[in-house]
Amino acid sequence: MTAKFVWMTLVLGREQDIQFGLLLAASQKWTHRVPWMSTTRWDKAKVAAIAQELKDKPGALMPVLRRVQDELGWVPAECVPIVAEVLNLSRAEVHGVLSFYHDFRRDPPGRNIIKVCRAESCQAMGGVSLAEHIKRRLGCDFGHTRGDGSFTLEPVYCLGNCACSPAVVINGQLLGRVTPERFDAAISELDENLL
Amino acid sequence: MTVRVYIPRDSGARSLGADTVARAIELEAKKRGEQVSLVRTGSRGLYWLEPMVEVELSDRRVAYGPVNVTDIPALFDADFLNGGNHRLALGRADEIPYLKSQERLTFSRVGIVDPYSLPDYISHGGYRGLERALALSPEQIVEEVVVSGLRGRGGAGFPAGIKWRTTLQTSASQKYIVANADEGDSGTFADRMIMEGDPFLLIEGMTIAAIATGATEGFIYLRSEYPDALHTLQAAINAAVSAGYLGDNILGTGRRFLLEVRMGAGAYICGEETAMLESLEGKRGMVRFKPPVPAIAGLFGRPTVINNVVTLASVPLIVERGGAFYKEYGVGRSRGTIPIQLAGNVKRPGLIEKPFGITLREIIYDYGGGTASGRPLRAVQVGGPLGAYFPESLLDQPIDYEALAAQGGLVGHGGIVVFDESVNLARQARYAMEFCALESCGKCTPCRIGSTRGMEIIDEIVVARDGEKASRLELLRDLCDTMSAGSLCALGGLTPLPVMSALRHFPQDFGLPPSSGG
Repeated sequence: MTAKFVWMTLVLGREQDIQFGLLLAASQKWTHRVPWMSTTRWDKAKVAAIAQELKDKPGALMPVLRRVQDELGWVPAECVPIVAEVLNLSRAEVHGVLSFYHDFRRDPPGRNIIKVCRAESCQAMGGVSLAEHIKRRLGCDFGHTRGDGSFTLEPVYCLGNCACSPAVVINGQLLGRVTPERFDAAISELDENLL
Repeated sequence: MTVRVYIPRDSGARSLGADTVARAIELEAKKRGEQVSLVRTGSRGLYWLEPMVEVELSDRRVAYGPVNVTDIPALFDADFLNGGNHRLALGRADEIPYLKSQERLTFSRVGIVDPYSLPDYISHGGYRGLERALALSPEQIVEEVVVSGLRGRGGAGFPAGIKWRTTLQTSASQKYIVANADEGDSGTFADRMIMEGDPFLLIEGMTIAAIATGATEGFIYLRSEYPDALHTLQAAINAAVSAGYLGDNILGTGRRFLLEVRMGAGAYICGEETAMLESLEGKRGMVRFKPPVPAIAGLFGRPTVINNVVTLASVPLIVERGGAFYKEYGVGRSRGTIPIQLAGNVKRPGLIEKPFGITLREIIYDYGGGTASGRPLRAVQVGGPLGAYFPESLLDQPIDYEALAAQGGLVGHGGIVVFDESVNLARQARYAMEFCALESCGKCTPCRIGSTRGMEIIDEIVVARDGEKASRLELLRDLCDTMSAGSLCALGGLTPLPVMSALRHFPQDFGLPPSSGG
């Protein structure tokens, strides 16, 4: 399949977009495997099992919340008492940590997650107008999920790809030297079923 | 005969299509019946040439870049597997001037070795520092680090040897080593390059720190924006454990050191060492009051050495060659080399490791080649989001902790972000306040609330009528004074630096006459 895709893109795609298209082809395979992409249902027993498994680590709360988010895509408020019980913490402590860190989502994300770097190096390379373009293209502001659940747009403050600014992450795949045209090309390669 | 071809797996190179290039080279080689073995390395740090492909010939590695998938048939036609000439040919990789003129002590292996291969690391001089450390007493190891003059490369610039000595002299049943891999500053990527390109170096540095201070457990606090680094580090830790370089009995000496990677969760403040400790303990990343310093009472209240990734990665060479060797490099009280990360609007962005004392102008023009847009350079921000903005007229500053401090700036983690003439410094100053408001842990009022008030005042200055500007300016200066004097850590304490430097050097962007910034 990959080889066929390579040659199809070579024939049909514009040259500068080809590598981006291929990158996205790889990331789409990944999104198919992610269980939370199409559902907001989740399993309480799974959360309790994660907390049980990690509870003996020193400072276990961060690894537990991280794993919950990795598995569910977000951390539902109903997880708080479950995690608190297993780790012998108060619900306030768990909620405090959950709400402190930018990474933890307290609402289910869209089927595609777009992260855009807003930091200085990307600003110097047109990151501000790129971000405006992306907001218009997705019809979605930073920190929001579209009503139809197709996209979540998140700001990030440095992806460490500053030598290839501006940088964007599409479904876990880091892209560098992104222009509005390349972003659109990458988005148009996403799986239609997930839009 | 099988030809060895090197393609970076560095996330920066991958963001430009290195994986696709690698796959296409394999496919094309198969089609043409050529025997090729691919080695995925870190990046050499010449990012404008990424994805850069290197081919191993009998006595040298020749480079081609930046390679697009569409170039690959032509590269094969040009016989690049035997070093053939092509439009993208760069000659010997280590003779590329950008690379050849550097003095790579810490980054000597990055881009050259396979980061997943422990034998590769050892055959390129790895673990010699640990071998020597195992033959020395803890006091002697600490002494080498003190003599080297190595200062913290994370930003604060505190002498590493003094930290180590404090922890060594504090007795406790449990001590820790923590590597600060929460590289949050915009314009910096040196930690990431080491972790993705030479992870054993960090592991070796941490193991030496453990032996020198009596620590038996270590954590790498890694920012969640670096998933590739997590993968490389975990693979390297597993390999080091299997080979006896980590574990209960390091190389049969009976010494113990266990290492674990912990992920952050997108909080910039957790790069501050005490907030990082709170986060490792599973709490909100709230800054702690010092003293006690973490070297005496750190993680879970135990003595803890916290060093930046680059600091720890500098240690193996210092111990192997001796502190005096490292001290030879650099100027004044800034000894050794610094990996400078050049980014933003610059033609040749990348990693430049040079001894302290090189000027900003040399970095930006000789290495960077000026702006990427071709428009005149207007400002550079040195040292991350808490670093000062300098105008073109101050580019002859040497990179040196004291010299930059004297100009109201800082070295920080060694990041330089270049802006062309399209930048508006009032907007950058406002962004500095906005970033502080967003990332403040909330412990200190001047930082938590002052940053929001700072945004508002900057907005007011820009739109105020001439007669009203003076009072607003006075208020901003007063607020910045309060923030720098009344905040526990560098976030609130240093946010005034970019703000005030923008005002000082670029008053016209705030609608002020040129001489009024002072």
